[in-house]
Amino acid sequence: MKDSFLRFGRAIARSRKATVGALLLAMFVVLALFPGLFARDSPTAEAYTRNLGPSSAHLFGTTGLGQDVFAQAVYGTGQVLEIAFGAGLASTLIAALIGVAAAYLGGFWDGVLNLFTDVVLVIPLFPLLIVIAAYVHSSGTGVLIAVLTFTGWSYTARQLRSQALSLRSRDFLAAARVRGERAAYIITVEILPTMSSLLVAAFLTNALYDVLFASSLQFIGLGDPDATSWGTMLYWAQSNEALQTGYYLQAIVPGACIALLGAAFALLNYAFDEIGNPALRPVRRRRTLSWPLGGRRVGRLEHA
Amino acid sequence: MRYVLRRAGFFLVTLWAAVTLNFFLPRMMPGNPAVAMMAKFRGRVSGQELAALETLFGANNRQSLPVQYVHYLGDIASGNWGTSLFYFPSPVSQVIRGAIFWTLGLVGVTTILAFALGTGVGIVAAWRRGGLLDSIAPPLLVITSAIPYFWVGMMFILIFGLKLQWLPWSGGADLTATPAWTLSYLGTVLQHALLPALALLITTIGTWTLTMRNNMVTTLAEDYVRMARAKGLRPSRIMFDYAARNAVLPNLTGFAMSLGFIVGGAILIEYVFNYPGVGYMLLQAVENEDYPLMQGLFLLITVAVLVAILLADIATAIFDPRTRSAQ
Repeated sequence: MKDSFLRFGRAIARSRKATVGALLLAMFVVLALFPGLFARDSPTAEAYTRNLGPSSAHLFGTTGLGQDVFAQAVYGTGQVLEIAFGAGLASTLIAALIGVAAAYLGGFWDGVLNLFTDVVLVIPLFPLLIVIAAYVHSSGTGVLIAVLTFTGWSYTARQLRSQALSLRSRDFLAAARVRGERAAYIITVEILPTMSSLLVAAFLTNALYDVLFASSLQFIGLGDPDATSWGTMLYWAQSNEALQTGYYLQAIVPGACIALLGAAFALLNYAFDEIGNPALRPVRRRRTLSWPLGGRRVGRLEHA
Repeated sequence: MRYVLRRAGFFLVTLWAAVTLNFFLPRMMPGNPAVAMMAKFRGRVSGQELAALETLFGANNRQSLPVQYVHYLGDIASGNWGTSLFYFPSPVSQVIRGAIFWTLGLVGVTTILAFALGTGVGIVAAWRRGGLLDSIAPPLLVITSAIPYFWVGMMFILIFGLKLQWLPWSGGADLTATPAWTLSYLGTVLQHALLPALALLITTIGTWTLTMRNNMVTTLAEDYVRMARAKGLRPSRIMFDYAARNAVLPNLTGFAMSLGFIVGGAILIEYVFNYPGVGYMLLQAVENEDYPLMQGLFLLITVAVLVAILLADIATAIFDPRTRSAQ
C-alpha cells in the first residue's frame, strides 16, 4: 500500500499537469479544513450593506442579502469536497465490486450484473437526477451523495469489468482458488489491489462529474437553499438577476471556484491516463536526428 | 442478425426499466409528493382527469400496486402520458411537441458541429505530435471540459449580451415577431440560437478532440501506418485514409449515442438562455410541480437515447464485420 502511494507521488511530481492539479486540489482541501483561517466573516450572517462592490473589507463584495461573497466561497468549499470525495469514493467502490464480481464469477452472474450495469449506463443521468431531486425537495449533502452514488457507478463498473476479465486466467488467481479462498476474498484482496491505478483514475473522473452535477442541481434550486455551497451561491445570483443588475462577482466567483476544482480533478486524471498509457505521454523532440527513410523528423515518430 | 436481435432485446429491457423507474419513483418517496401536489389541484382539475392522474401516480388506494402497474404500462404504451397540470387541459404529449423542435434545432446542429470540429482538431493535433496545436489544445481542453457549461453560458450572456450587446440572450425568437417560415423570423431565431450554441460548442468540443487525438496517437503506432510511410504514400493519404479512418471508429459510436442525448443534453443551457426547448420545459415542470409533464419529458429523453443506441448498434453490425462473426 505504502509502495503504491510512493509510486503515485512520484508520478504526480514528474508530470506538470498532475503537479498543477495536485496543488489546486491541496489548496481547496486546506480551505475546506480551515475556512476560519482565511475568511473572517460568517458565510451566512446578513451583516453588511447589500450588493456592495469589491473592496478591501469585502474582497468579492456582498450578496443581495448582505453576506460576504468571499466568506461564502471559502466556507462553500467544504460541502463540495464532501460530495466529491463522498460520492466519488462510494460510486467507485460500488463499481469495483459489481464490475469485478461480474468478471470473476462469470456465467449467469456476469450476465445479470452486466445487463444491470448496461441498463443503468444508458438511462440519461442528469434528467434522472433532476427527477429524483424534484421529488425529494431541497436535498442536503447526504441526499446528494446518495443520489449521485446511486446513478454514477455504471461507467466505471463496465471499465473495471473488462480490466478484471483480462486478469481472470492469471496464475495467482488460480493459486488462490486452489487454496480454497472464498470468492469475496479473492475479489477484494487479490484482484482489486492490482487495479489501483485504474481505480484512482476512475475516482478522479467520478469526483469531477459529482462536482459538476451537484453544483448544477444546486444551481437550478434543487439543493438545500440555506446551505453554503458554490452551486447555491449561483442559484441566488441567478434568482437575484446578479448579471443583469451589474453585481457580476456574485456569479463569477462561485463558477470560477467550480471550474478550478473541476480542473484539478481533470488535470490529475489526464496525467493518470498518460501514466497508464505510455503512448500518450508528451513527446520530447530531438531535432537533430533524422529518419533513415526520407529524412523526416523523428519527433513525430518516436512513439510510433 | 443474432447480434441485432440481442441488441433489440436489450433495448426492450432498458425501456421497461426506465418506465418502471418512472412508475416507482413517486411511490418510493416518503409521503408521495405527487399525491400532495395533486391535492393542490383538486378544485381546478376535473374529476375524470384527476382520477386518471391518480392512477398514474399511485394516489388511488383502491387498486393494489400490481394492478396499478399493469394499468400504467398500458397507458404509457398507448401514448396516454397523462395531462399537464400547469398547461391544463393540454395532454403531456401535445405540450412536449411544442418544445421539441427548438431543442432539435439548437442542440442537434451544435452536436454535429462539435463532433466535426473536435474530431478535425484531434486528427491534426495527433498528426503534428508535439507541435504548437498539440501542446496547446489538449491541456486547454482538459480544463474547459471541467467548467460547468451553464456557467459558460452565463459568462457569454454577461460579455456578449449585456456588455457588448451584440446578440440577444433570452428566448428562442423576438417576442414581437410572428412565427412563420419567413426570412425575418428565421433570422431572429438564428440570432437567438447563436449564443447558446456557442456556449454549448465550446464546452462539448473538448471531449471529441481529446478522444480522437488519443485514438489517433494509438493508431499512428500501428504497423500498417509505418508500412504506408515506407511505401512513400502522400502524408495526407496516410493521415486520413490509414490513420484517421480507423481511429474515428470508437468516436462514431460515441457520436451516434450523443445524437440520442440531443433531446435532453442541454437542459441547463436552455435554462440559462430561457430557450423554449425540452430542457427548459423540464425545469419549469419541476418548478411548477407539474409531475405528469416532468415524467413525460424524462421518458421522452430516455427513449431518444435508447433509439439512438439501437440505431448505432445496427450501424455497427453493418459496418464492422467483427460483430457479425462474434457469437
